[in-house]
Amino acid sequence: MAATVRVMKRPVRESSYMRATLKGMALTFKHMVSTLTTQKEATVRTMQYPEEKWALSPRWRGTHVMEKHDDGRPKCVACGLCPTICPANCIRLIPGEDDQGNRYPVVYEIDEFRCIFCGMCQEVCPVEAIHVGQHYENGEYTRDNFVYDLNRLMAQEHPVTQLWDPSDPASE
Amino acid sequence: MEPVYQVGQLSDTAFLITSIIKILVVFVGILVTVAMLTLLERKISAWMQDRLGPNRVGPGGLGQPLADGLKNILKEESNPGQAHSAFFTLAPMMAITPAMVTFAVIPLAAPLPTPWGLVPMVVADVPVGILFLLAFSSLGVFGIVIAGWASSNKYALLGGLRAGAQMISYEIALGMSLLSVFFLVGNVRLPEIVYSQQQMGLWFALPLSISFLFFWISAFAETNRLPFDLPEAESELVTGYHTEYSSMKFSMFFIAEYSHVLTISMLMATLFLGGWDIPGYAGDNMLALPDGNVVGAEPAVWKTILTLLMFVLKTGFFIIIFMLVRWTVPRFRYDQVMDLGWKLMLPTILVVVVVTAGTILALDTAGVEYGLAYGLVLTAVNGVMLAAFLLLMDRGRVLSGGFAMNQRRAQAKAVARFHKEEFEVGRT
Repeated sequence: MAATVRVMKRPVRESSYMRATLKGMALTFKHMVSTLTTQKEATVRTMQYPEEKWALSPRWRGTHVMEKHDDGRPKCVACGLCPTICPANCIRLIPGEDDQGNRYPVVYEIDEFRCIFCGMCQEVCPVEAIHVGQHYENGEYTRDNFVYDLNRLMAQEHPVTQLWDPSDPASE
Repeated sequence: MEPVYQVGQLSDTAFLITSIIKILVVFVGILVTVAMLTLLERKISAWMQDRLGPNRVGPGGLGQPLADGLKNILKEESNPGQAHSAFFTLAPMMAITPAMVTFAVIPLAAPLPTPWGLVPMVVADVPVGILFLLAFSSLGVFGIVIAGWASSNKYALLGGLRAGAQMISYEIALGMSLLSVFFLVGNVRLPEIVYSQQQMGLWFALPLSISFLFFWISAFAETNRLPFDLPEAESELVTGYHTEYSSMKFSMFFIAEYSHVLTISMLMATLFLGGWDIPGYAGDNMLALPDGNVVGAEPAVWKTILTLLMFVLKTGFFIIIFMLVRWTVPRFRYDQVMDLGWKLMLPTILVVVVVTAGTILALDTAGVEYGLAYGLVLTAVNGVMLAAFLLLMDRGRVLSGGFAMNQRRAQAKAVARFHKEEFEVGRT
């Protein structure tokens, strides 16, 4: 069997180390100069992170937010749908009932470490109480701090997620 | 006859005091410069890659070296259990000490006249000058080899071996390219080398252009920087010889590398770019004599300051080129490095040395006065050699990828022909 590797014929001029090196040096030097001069804004794409941030998509699913009534009570009626649907089993809900028969959550905890941010709790909620939110900076020093209780969920201030609606796919 | 200016010799006490001051200033200056070089390297690499580089610590990131140093000092140090502990500790010291010592013999500026006598702007004007420097900068490789061996790590060991092999292949070309300088100067004292460039009116980069080029290439290999950073080839050897090192020991290798860059840049500036010579100005052509007198122009304080600035500029030029090359050129393969060192640079530099020596002999025999004309003849001879060398390299006969390609193509053809004949023989 003859050797079938086709060796391309290359012009010697183009495969010289010397010129290629000088060409490369010129290119990098050009980039350096353009970074240092007035074209800085056009060249440098670095985002100064803590000061500048990406604009999040309206469908970004991050840490949860519990909506509340004007008098500060949670909108949650402790129906138990969210802990049922939660695929990660991260919601702990103990329901309670007051004198008038209104149901409310006695304990409502979400373990944000276990959560997979699927957004199904928001989808299933009949009173639009629990939401996933447009937020991503969740650093904590201990694991326990990742279990958000009801007060903490109500205290979240970031905007809530607009979930994708199958009947209105283009969000119109 | 050159005019001689009497300034007077320093008394023993004054000599002691000025020496201590010089040592302190140079040592602190070098350490600060090395720290700043690490920042400069990161900045330059960032700029070349359209980034900004470190800009958080201090104004424009100027505090970054300080933060890095602090981090390295406070960091926990891990010593591998398998390592040879004595040599493991000794290696970074052996790397950093020679790198710090070599600055002593480099003249930084024109001699400074003071009321107490003449102060030469070199920490130690040793008569063996450049030999001292070469000896010590070559010692640095021992630190690397010992680090590689003492780590008990195969990658580190390979890195150390490579450092040794590379040092041997390039030190020869380095020393050989210095020979032409010695021919011209007739002395190894660095101030004398500067003075004879001033007398010639040409920096040795021109009359000894090809030696300059070879010295420069060897300098890259000597500092273990990028086209030749085989000892720490990240892609193959983790980080090579300092794989097992952490915290301040690692930092010492780092400092040693950057101070090597600084030394070799200063050395190139001194040997080939006229040292602290101000171009086109004859008022700084002076040489301090051991008896406190100055040959040539009259020394002055402002001349010392200006020449110091000039020296900093020239050194900076080489440092910037070092960094530009590092962030542009990829690493050579091991066999390519050996090829370049042994098959190309060594024979070429031998020829160059013979031709240069012959030219100098011819010029001396013809009675040409040492000066501009002398230099121009040498420039022409070296220029021809440089052009021939570059042509040979560039036309793909020795080094280029094109040459390897041609060879491989010829080989493939031969193989194909062989198989074809065999096939036909088998058929009949």
